[in-house]
Amino acid sequence: MKTASLSLRNLTRRPGRTWALVLLTGFLSLSLFAGSVVVMSLQSGLNSLEARLGADLIVVPKAAQSKASFQNIFLQGTVGAFYMDAELLDEIAATEGVAKAAPQTFLATLKADCCSSRLQVIGFDQQADFTVQPWIVQSSSRELGPMEVAVGSSISAGVGESIRIYQKSCPVVARLSATGTGLDTAVYCSMETMKTLLAAAEEMGVSHKVTADNSDGVISAVYVKVAEGADIDQVASSLASHPSWKTAVVQTRSMITGVSDGLAGVSSAVKVLIGAVWALAFVILLVVFALLMNERRREFAVLRLIGASRRKLARVILTETGLVCLLGGCLGVAVGAALVFPFTALIESTLNLPFLTPSWGRILLIAALSLAGTVLMGMLSSARTAWKLSRVDTGSILREGN
Amino acid sequence: MILKADSISKRYFRPTGQANYFEAVKPLSLTLASGAVTVLMGRSGSGKTTLLHMLSGLLTPTSGKVLLDETDLYSLKDGALSCLRNEKIAVVPQGRSAVDTLTALENILLPWQLCRKNAPVERAEHWMEALGIAALRDVPAKELSGGELRRAAIARALCQETPVLMADEPTGDLDDENTRLALSILKDAAKRENKTVLIVTHESEARAFADEIWKMDGGTLHPEQ
Repeated sequence: MKTASLSLRNLTRRPGRTWALVLLTGFLSLSLFAGSVVVMSLQSGLNSLEARLGADLIVVPKAAQSKASFQNIFLQGTVGAFYMDAELLDEIAATEGVAKAAPQTFLATLKADCCSSRLQVIGFDQQADFTVQPWIVQSSSRELGPMEVAVGSSISAGVGESIRIYQKSCPVVARLSATGTGLDTAVYCSMETMKTLLAAAEEMGVSHKVTADNSDGVISAVYVKVAEGADIDQVASSLASHPSWKTAVVQTRSMITGVSDGLAGVSSAVKVLIGAVWALAFVILLVVFALLMNERRREFAVLRLIGASRRKLARVILTETGLVCLLGGCLGVAVGAALVFPFTALIESTLNLPFLTPSWGRILLIAALSLAGTVLMGMLSSARTAWKLSRVDTGSILREGN
Repeated sequence: MILKADSISKRYFRPTGQANYFEAVKPLSLTLASGAVTVLMGRSGSGKTTLLHMLSGLLTPTSGKVLLDETDLYSLKDGALSCLRNEKIAVVPQGRSAVDTLTALENILLPWQLCRKNAPVERAEHWMEALGIAALRDVPAKELSGGELRRAAIARALCQETPVLMADEPTGDLDDENTRLALSILKDAAKRENKTVLIVTHESEARAFADEIWKMDGGTLHPEQ
């Protein structure tokens, strides 16, 4: 029976004690893993949102009311639509400091048979666009054809399948990568396809503020790229200074900053919580291991008596701790995964922040680090006891109670 | 194999009282010969167990040396001394001395399994049989009585196959019949296997099994007339 075998027997033949320690260390690992995944998902969501928006400014009708409601379409997937005169596009494009201006038209559909909820359909001008096309290119090498659509990652239909919108079959030719925002539930199509869908809606008796006939005359938003060297604030101010336009200008930077501030708050809270759990758990483990090992002083004295060196004794104690922490760590990671991954949508809507789960590679790395951290903390908390125990006078312990 | 104590003593620090230390064992010398049973008797607190612990490599003397043949036990590093204890000096300590999570047989084989290879299961079973605990082979140590544990400890020391065997009150929890049995087995082991056997006891019956009897009194050692 080597050290590991002796440790293993000690653990398996004291199941109550072992499971209590496993649960304690599992709690540690759970807090570290789940907390880290949440913080990293929020950070990934923010990065992704920043990349996806792609524009410096977004001009929307005042009807969009405020930046906050506009933000809801992006962050929470709230389905909505608002319109303004399409002629404004040329005026916006002609404004000093504007390098690019691309219109988009929003359509909030009724229930489509691909999804259980309403769809946010976004029509975009493929010639002028600079915000959607770069993402479509990652999935499809060509432009969207008539009735073809690109879907966000949360739409259930895949490439090669079709979705039905107002009884029209729309082949999915591209699937955009996840952003962790409401954009993942959107369907993108060309302006021509949008017109066909509006006509189909009219045929079905569904009325929208925008129709097939007037769709050329209205748009929902204009995405603006500011010219190199131009001051974004100044361009935003110029665009906002036309009361007759009845538009609002949203700076994506400020939208991102708002989200970023929220994220910083949540991240800090999660980090403080993880720190508090770990500090508390370290003290608890320190006390628990000291008590448990003290209770087993005589057992360790017997091992010394029959020839276990101090090093071997410490190895027995640390192996036991290591095995407990490894098991607890795995359990904590598994429970953490079961608590976080099925509820990402709920977490996102509760926090009202973009939430993009990291890649599997990163998740595995977080799991491995959480496991290593748990084992390391367990070893550290029992190392002091192991060191003290291996140096006590064996003779004195053997005489105790006689 | 000869075990020799050369002017060893043990003082314990004592913060209260007239002196600031307590001399549990005063400087003494002793030689234990192989193939013989030495019985060490004396009243409680006379220093018997302290002497046994020093002789077995468990307690560093305040002064003097303990030599096993030519090896000075306390000049060895912990790893080497532990190894020497495992291979050369078996000890039956006072009180419970089993690992509760292991069975009686696993406890008896533990010294082998901890440091050596090819644990002698048949030999362990032989000693269990001889000491009347064969039926307890697979019983967890925590379920054994004091007397059963004591016999298991004696079996473990015998099974350890060391040239030196020391037993501290080995018959403490045993009835008269088992006391005689345990002492005769220890005596037999000394003769047949040429072991150096030291028994620390209050038991007057041990005199009958001794080749040499020493008495401790107030930390000093006297040969019994």
